[in-house]
Amino acid sequence: MSMLSILPQQLVFGLALGTVYGLIAIGYTMVYGVLFMINFAHGEVFMIGAYIGWGVLSGLLAAKIGGLNPAWVLPLMLLPAMLGCGLLGTALERFAYRPLYARGATRLGPLISAVGASIFLQNAVMLSQGARMKVYMTNVLFPRSWRVQLFGTNVSVLLVVVAIIAGLMMWGLHVLVRRTALGRAIRAVAEDREMAAIMGVDVNRVVATTFFLGSALGGAAGVLIGLYYTQIDFFMGFSAGLKAFTAAVLGGIGNIKGAMLGGILLGVIESLAVTFMDPAYKDVIAFVVLILVLTFRPEGLLGEALADWRRI
Amino acid sequence: MPEPMLDLKDVVTYYGPIPALKGISLCVRQGEIVCLLGGNASGKSTTMKAILGVVRPTQGSVSFEGDRIDGLPPQAIVRRGIALVPEARRVFGRMTVLENLAMGAHTRRRDPPAELDADRERVFALFPRLAERADQVAGTMSGGEQQMLAIGRALMARPRLLLMDEPSMGLSPAFVDQVFDIIQTINRQGVTILVVEQNAVVALSIASRGYVLQNGLMVVDDTAEALLAADHIRRAYLGEI
Repeated sequence: MSMLSILPQQLVFGLALGTVYGLIAIGYTMVYGVLFMINFAHGEVFMIGAYIGWGVLSGLLAAKIGGLNPAWVLPLMLLPAMLGCGLLGTALERFAYRPLYARGATRLGPLISAVGASIFLQNAVMLSQGARMKVYMTNVLFPRSWRVQLFGTNVSVLLVVVAIIAGLMMWGLHVLVRRTALGRAIRAVAEDREMAAIMGVDVNRVVATTFFLGSALGGAAGVLIGLYYTQIDFFMGFSAGLKAFTAAVLGGIGNIKGAMLGGILLGVIESLAVTFMDPAYKDVIAFVVLILVLTFRPEGLLGEALADWRRI
Repeated sequence: MPEPMLDLKDVVTYYGPIPALKGISLCVRQGEIVCLLGGNASGKSTTMKAILGVVRPTQGSVSFEGDRIDGLPPQAIVRRGIALVPEARRVFGRMTVLENLAMGAHTRRRDPPAELDADRERVFALFPRLAERADQVAGTMSGGEQQMLAIGRALMARPRLLLMDEPSMGLSPAFVDQVFDIIQTINRQGVTILVVEQNAVVALSIASRGYVLQNGLMVVDDTAEALLAADHIRRAYLGEI
C-alpha cells in the first residue's frame, strides 16, 4: 500500500529527471548524427556546466546581493553555463576530434580521443576546483516550503521548474532543427555529408555548430541537476553521461526525438524501479536497460537500422 | 570563339595513391550543352567532383568565368553559380520535397523570400508533379520523381552552369526522353550544361560537343555530330546501337 501511494510522486519525479536526461542525450545524438562518433567527453561538458552555474550562484551569495529571485538568477546561471559549455564543445571538436577525422582516422580514433578528453577535463576540474564536492545553495532560490499539488501528488516547485526549463529547451531545439536553415543544414549533413557540401553547406561549420548546441544543452542540464541534487563534484559527469548515452541509444542514436523520448523513459523506468527495489540498485537499472536495448533492439525505439557503415 | 565559361586544364586527381584523372582538359562555353562520355570508372564523376571542389586536383587548373576555382571549398564554388544533379539522384530522403528545394537554395538563404518563392514556382512549372508532392518525404517517391526533385533542387541554386551526372540512369525509356527534353528547356532558359552520360546516343543528340574519357584520360574531343557519325568511336566508346 505504501509503495503504491508513492507511485504518482515517483512518476512525476521520473518525468522531471527524464527530461534532464533527454537534454543531455541530445548532445550525444546530435554529434553522432553528423559525425558518427560518440562524444564520451559530453558528460564532462555537463559537469562543467554544473560548476559554472555553481560559480555564478556562489558569487552572487558571496557578494551578498539581496533579493535573489529565480526569475533572474536562473537565467544568470544558465546563460553562462550554456555559452561556456557550447564553446568548450566546439573547442573539443576543433582540437580533439577534427585533427583526427580530417586526416582520415577510423571511427575508433576520435572515440579514444573523446575518452582522453573526458579524463583530461575531469582532472582539470579536480585540480582547479579541488576534489571535494561543491554545494548548490538551492534553498536560497527555492525554499523547501515551495511545493505544489500536481497530478494528485505533492511535488516541489523546483522539480517542476527543472522539468519546464528542460522541456522548453528541448522544444526550442526541435523548432530550430525542424524550421530553420541551420537545422536543415544539420539534417542534410547528417543524412549525406557530401551532398550537403555540394548544396553549398559549410560542413565544418555545421559540425562545430552542432557541437555548440549539444554542449550548450548539456551545460544547462548540469545547472538543473546541480540545483536539484545540490551536490556536485568533478566525477558527476561519468554516470550522468553514461545514463544519457543509454537514453540516446534507447531512443535511437542519431534521432533527436528519440533522445528526448529515451531520456524521459529512462527517468521514469529508473524512478519506478527504485519504488520496488533497493534504491542502491538505481544506477544498475540504466545499464540493464542499455544491455536489453542493445540485445533486442539495437537501433533503438525511433532509430533506423544501424547497418549503414559505409558512410564515415 | 568566346572565352570558355568552364575551363579545365591538365587536371590530375588522386584517391589515395590511385590516380583518378591523369591530366584531363575540357572546356564548356556559355550556352552550350556539352556531353562527357565514358565507361564505368573512367573518371566522369570524379571530373564533376573536381569542378565542384569536392575532390581537390593535385595538378592543373579549373577556371570558371575567368577565375581559378580549384582549391576553393564547394560552398564557394556553388555560390559562383555551379550546381550539380548527382549520380543516383541523392535527394535528402528524410526531407520533404519543399525542404529539398530549400537545400538547393542553401547558398541563397538570405535572398529575399519572394525571389526564392518565384524560383520554386519556376521549378514547379517545369515539374508539376513536384508541386503535387510538395510535403511528401523524398525517400518515399519513385525514382523518376526523385530525378525531377534532384534537377529542381539544383536549379534552386540559380546556376549558370549545371552539371548533370547520369540523369537517365535507372529511368524508364519514356521518362529518359522527358528528362532530355527538360535538359533542353533548361538550356534554352540560359543555363549552360555539362552532362555525363552512359546513354551516349541520346545525350549526343541534344549536345553540341562531346568528350570521351577512358581510364582518367581524355581520348576523344569532337562535335556531337562527328562523334555520332564516326563508326570507330561508336564501336569503341559509345556502345553499338
